[in-house]
Amino acid sequence: MSVRRLSPQQPDAFSFSADTLERANWWIAKYPPERKPSAVIPILWLVQKQEGWVSEPAMRAIADLLGMPKIRVLEVATFYTMFQLEPVGSAALIQVCGTTPCMLRGSEALLELCKAEIGPKDKLSADGLFTWQEVECLGACANAPMAQINDYYYEDLTPESLKAIIDAFRKGETPAPGSAIDRKSSEPVDGPLTLTDPSLYDGSRAAPISLPNVKAPAE
Amino acid sequence: MVGILEDKDRIFTNLYGLHDWGLEGAKARGCWNATREMLQQGPEWIVDNIKASGLRGRGGAGFSTGLKWSFMPKEVGARPHYLVVNADESEPGTCKDREILRHDPHLLIEGCLIASFAMRAHACYIYLRGEYVREREVLEEAVKQAYEAKLIGKNNIHGWDFDLYVHHGAGAYICGEETALLESLEGKKGQPRLKPPFPAGAGLYGCPTTVNNVESIAVAGTILRRGADWFAGIGRANNTGTKLMCISGHVNKPCNVEEAMSIPLRQLLEEHCGGVRGGWGNLKAIIPGGSSVPMIPAEQCETALMDFDSLRELRSGLGTAAVIVMDKSTDLVRAIARLSYFYKHESCGQCTPCREGTGWMWRVMDRMARGDAEMKEIDILLDVASQVEGHTICALGDAAAWPIQGLFRHFRPEIEARIASYRSGRPHVQGHSIAAE
Ligand SMILES: Cc1cc2nc3c(=O)[nH]c(=O)nc-3n(C[C@H](O)[C@H](O)[C@H](O)COP(=O)(O)O)c2cc1C
Ligand code: SF4
Ligand code: FES
Repeated sequence: MSVRRLSPQQPDAFSFSADTLERANWWIAKYPPERKPSAVIPILWLVQKQEGWVSEPAMRAIADLLGMPKIRVLEVATFYTMFQLEPVGSAALIQVCGTTPCMLRGSEALLELCKAEIGPKDKLSADGLFTWQEVECLGACANAPMAQINDYYYEDLTPESLKAIIDAFRKGETPAPGSAIDRKSSEPVDGPLTLTDPSLYDGSRAAPISLPNVKAPAE
Repeated sequence: MVGILEDKDRIFTNLYGLHDWGLEGAKARGCWNATREMLQQGPEWIVDNIKASGLRGRGGAGFSTGLKWSFMPKEVGARPHYLVVNADESEPGTCKDREILRHDPHLLIEGCLIASFAMRAHACYIYLRGEYVREREVLEEAVKQAYEAKLIGKNNIHGWDFDLYVHHGAGAYICGEETALLESLEGKKGQPRLKPPFPAGAGLYGCPTTVNNVESIAVAGTILRRGADWFAGIGRANNTGTKLMCISGHVNKPCNVEEAMSIPLRQLLEEHCGGVRGGWGNLKAIIPGGSSVPMIPAEQCETALMDFDSLRELRSGLGTAAVIVMDKSTDLVRAIARLSYFYKHESCGQCTPCREGTGWMWRVMDRMARGDAEMKEIDILLDVASQVEGHTICALGDAAAWPIQGLFRHFRPEIEARIASYRSGRPHVQGHSIAAE
């Protein structure tokens, strides 16, 4: 279990932006009317998008919006590790995957680099631009080692390519996510060995078919 | 040709995202073809054909998908039925559902309609792990396309009113466990429920619910289009069909690939992944099914087949078919200690053996990685592992124990040697560390 607590420093108040509220209502509409609390995770996430982190007044506001006890929102916000309970770097939140498949391909060097470039983990950098964390498997292991930076995945990293990415964020740029080497996604590095048959893509599979194993003709 | 499966028999034809993931592209590749005719055959026909195909759940446990669907009540009573798709994909090594979500989302959406109809559900939720932001953006867009084309929704062209909702979590591995996922979807902490009741009786909001993995659902359309016998003819009896495999670690070319079930592990690595780094002789061990299954040593990798039965005979498992390859440069104890940290971090904390055991096992593994342990602690560790295994609400406890048990089953002498050499370099203080845990 990871033990997570609210920050001792909290703002006095929170209010939803018009955009956040609109999106929150879009989420609420996905669930049966008497099941509004189902939207709590997506709305905590929207609030984090708005503020950069989730404060205690924000949790109260969400509880009111969803008609659920405040303690339940607090429980959810502290249970799920994607919720940042204190402010994070304004340029980038860098989450380096440290689990074994990434470790086998060099994530430890990435963690070292972050320490050298940014400072201790889980702490806002002195200039307020960065926070970095070590996180657990992000489900992109065939592109290891990798990191999630803000919302997106940066894959097939080396300390050099990660440094270039950090430098770009420092300058206020947003480098393109995806593989840092010449790779489209999770195909083998020098190109796909499968899915090369052109007949898969010529539209022939859209031609009308009759289903196999149909016992009696459909009436 | 590499491997065993031919391109014409691949289901995920846009696995690498080289083509259009949108509705037009998906249709050109055969998705949504004859879906209406499938529904016209009725729910039993669908369930029977999925049963006959031999499809077993792709989320790790390998339970017959058709059989699972048949557990749902045949009549809809006062409570609506739900299909919930498990797209929480967090088992270390596993990165296949991601490719379906972002590159072939219409196969999943079509599967959701078919499976929901077969189980008399008018609504389905797809629960994505929170980190999959890009994947969620694509999936939401694809769902929108399907609604606009009237493929799903009220009064759609398939004649079965059906709503599909995308939901997401926020970074908790345990939410992949199906009942924890339902708790999370209800807006709570992701803590697994005691079973029974099983979800088919009382699942989401207390209603009859089936939870299936993304891949299990996304293959349904193609199986019905091509025929149960086509799918059943690939692989071996009881281990049929095609399977997405994720290969990570020490191969020359890590990748995802769709292959025939039962492909020899060695052939998979050599033909699809450019072989083990430094050659086959440089292989040390492989975790063949995601972090939760025990490793197998190089000798066994020689003959292992990538299927449920072959890997079970080797006291490991197919799991999610996430193959983690470790060459001779690997410090296996550290590799497994890092997994122990993962399970400690991800335990939901509600059962004592898991909450305390995962932390304890990690601390001991961490010391053993350095050699800083007593010889007799190996047996204590294995004893604790066996006491966690099978004594918890959900299988995370087992998942934390198995990698450790696998390590010692095959490599105990190496760890003993490490402890001995660490000890020989230091004055021996009896029992200094055991008590401290
Ligand atoms: C700790 C734990 C984590 C799990 N994570 C996942 C997951 O990320 N994705 C998944 O599909 N199944 C996961 N499962 C398995 C699910 O509980 C469930 O068996 C599966 O979703 C059923 O789908 P299937 O029959 O199609 O395989 C997990 C199980 C446990 C115990
Ligand atoms: S075994 Fe662990 S993760 Fe599963 S319910 Fe118990 S404490 Fe939670
Ligand atoms: S271990 Fe890093 S993405 Fe899976």
